[in-house]
Amino acid sequence: MWNYTDKVKDYFFNPKNAGVLDGANGVGEVGSISCGDALRLMIKVDPDTQVITDARFQTFGCGSAIASSSALTEIVIGKTIDEARTITNQDIADFLGGLPPEKMHCSVMGHEALIAAIANFTGEELADDDHEEGALICKCFGVDEGMLDRAVRGNRLTTIEQVTAYTKAGGSCKTCFEKIEEKLADINAAMVAEGLLKAEEAYVYGGAAAAAAPAPAASGLIQISPLAEGAKKAQAAAPAMTNLQKIMVIQQAIEELRPHLQADGGDIELVDVDGDSVFVKLVGACAGCQMSAVTMQGVQQALIDKIGRPLRVIPHEARRFA
Amino acid sequence: MSGPTGIYLDNNATTRVDPRVVEEMLPFFSEHFGNPSSIHSFGAEVGGKMREARARVAALLGAAHDTEIVFTSGGTESNNTAILSALKVAPDRREIITSAVEHPAVLEVCRHLAKHEGYVLHIIPVDKQGRLDIDAYKAALSPRVAVVSIMWANNETGTIFPVEALADMAKEHGILFHTDAVQAVGKVPLRLAETNIDMLSLSGHKLHAPKGVGALYVRRGIRFRPLLRGGHQERERRAGTENTTAIIGLGKAAELALVHMDQENTTVKALRDKLEKALLETVGHCFVTGNVHDRLPNTTNIAFEYIEGEGILLFLSRVGIAASSGSACTSGSLEPSHVLRAMDIPFTAAHGAIRFSLSRETTEAEIDQVIAAVPEIIGRLRSLSPYWDNGAPRAEAFKPEYA
Ligand SMILES: Cc1ncc(COP(=O)(O)O)c(C=O)c1O
Repeated sequence: MWNYTDKVKDYFFNPKNAGVLDGANGVGEVGSISCGDALRLMIKVDPDTQVITDARFQTFGCGSAIASSSALTEIVIGKTIDEARTITNQDIADFLGGLPPEKMHCSVMGHEALIAAIANFTGEELADDDHEEGALICKCFGVDEGMLDRAVRGNRLTTIEQVTAYTKAGGSCKTCFEKIEEKLADINAAMVAEGLLKAEEAYVYGGAAAAAAPAPAASGLIQISPLAEGAKKAQAAAPAMTNLQKIMVIQQAIEELRPHLQADGGDIELVDVDGDSVFVKLVGACAGCQMSAVTMQGVQQALIDKIGRPLRVIPHEARRFA
Repeated sequence: MSGPTGIYLDNNATTRVDPRVVEEMLPFFSEHFGNPSSIHSFGAEVGGKMREARARVAALLGAAHDTEIVFTSGGTESNNTAILSALKVAPDRREIITSAVEHPAVLEVCRHLAKHEGYVLHIIPVDKQGRLDIDAYKAALSPRVAVVSIMWANNETGTIFPVEALADMAKEHGILFHTDAVQAVGKVPLRLAETNIDMLSLSGHKLHAPKGVGALYVRRGIRFRPLLRGGHQERERRAGTENTTAIIGLGKAAELALVHMDQENTTVKALRDKLEKALLETVGHCFVTGNVHDRLPNTTNIAFEYIEGEGILLFLSRVGIAASSGSACTSGSLEPSHVLRAMDIPFTAAHGAIRFSLSRETTEAEIDQVIAAVPEIIGRLRSLSPYWDNGAPRAEAFKPEYA
């Protein structure tokens, strides 16, 4: 299994500061059960001194998620709010003696929870701002631009694979590959301009060449999954289709899927197609339940197989986020 | 070197090589080390022993002829060989049928063929109990289909598919039928001679033989194209000097599997049932995934809600219990297993699914220890979970900023 440090194991087996914090005046909640990790960070701040006097956590997630959450509480206790604002996800990983690269997203989640808890304490409207200032990039794992920006800058990420390892973005359906690519290139370019990154290290849009760059900051080998290439190949292999042709193929594919859903007491309807986003309406037994995400995934895979290019199937109710 | 100790309930991942198998293999490393193709006496004994191994495997499968057995490097090679061969012998048929819950050694091969070689792929879905959608299967059958590859038993849930009936239906359309029986062989009595199954994959290391050896059953009379060329071995169906020691080990393991078949379906099954019943009763908010009415006797896959599988495995491992999980975090991917997703298991549970897979070596004392250890571990992790409060789930109370 994973090569966890002794400290990670210790913080997992004997987590410090687990449970509910009575009298917390700052609470940050991030993640979701469908992503496989979620964290509630509770802090108690002395209003006069602005010192975090106590912190506790509740975490749903793997060993390193629990260890990262516990480490985070240890790190923040005794710090002022201003000091806490300077903590990075790398600080959490360092505190634990390093995390496997694939698990860095656990430290990122801790960092996100801290930002949310501080915002909750100070009354800043952070979470909403986040979604407005930055669009949701990866819908599968709820990664938005703000989070991507912090992870890329904080860890000097220069490849798509690293972005996935640190934030999970692009780890599932891969349709956001192009958006991640653009965003990563933009952020790296900005970092070069600010003197934070050497120009030759920066990810260049369309440049898989940068994928060979060594992993900064993280210890151990990076295991690069060839998802970026796969997505590209699918795109390259796709025959040029007019919009109308594409919509017709999608419509036909959905018609073929309907009997399966109807057999389960549900149904599906095509609402709109916008670029590579396919908006559908699920009805009946398929709609509204947790499993609708799974159904959506099935529909998406079927469409991708048919059309031969990455597509994102989105419930039309969620259109406002798209 | 002393090995790890503890309770091994991960036999669907791999099994311990039976000491009787080791004993059978030993002389063939440095005494009878000859090449079975050679004329001289160093190879003589080997050839006879290989024939015996082939007969033993054929007996375990209930095959009509020993020559129907082709030794390979394992399940993955057998699956690849079977599918690719079936496509090559029927160049006019451009469609493939498989199921949504196959092992990657089938599913990824089929996906690759669909994506890069233009085959049309029918992936037959399963229901929430992991049962194959027979109507969808029937609908996909046609003379355009070259091969059906559907597993006998699922490695994660143990669910058994009615492959004999599926093979009958495929035959009506002249389709070659292959089954990945890696998990079924040795646990389920087989009589291939009486079925319409054309090809079947098995793997040594799932039945107490070494890793890196397996076999492909190829029914006599069906057309076949080898994957590996360049030698006359295995009647030119698999070139390369044979892994003689491993094949001899597989032969012994097959013989033992047949001897112990009853035990799998009585003793092992009873222990599995005891474990499952006890955990369902004591833990709460957990359920068995897969088809409980038709599954392997040694496997139970239990989904513990509101916690994540890796944490459970780490705690189990600390008390010396080895199991495995369909959770994303242990596999390095970011999502729960494709098998659980295909079954529509809600995310609240899929992340916490644990597979316990027993073997004929599992003892009742071991099962009692697991029964004693698990509830506390689950309770501990739930006490850390934001979706859990004072012994009850409270998913609705936790609404994170982004989801
Ligand atoms: C159902 C199934 N098929 C195929 C395989 C692969 O077999 P092998 O490890 O011998 O290549 C496995 C084992 O992991 C399996 O469980």
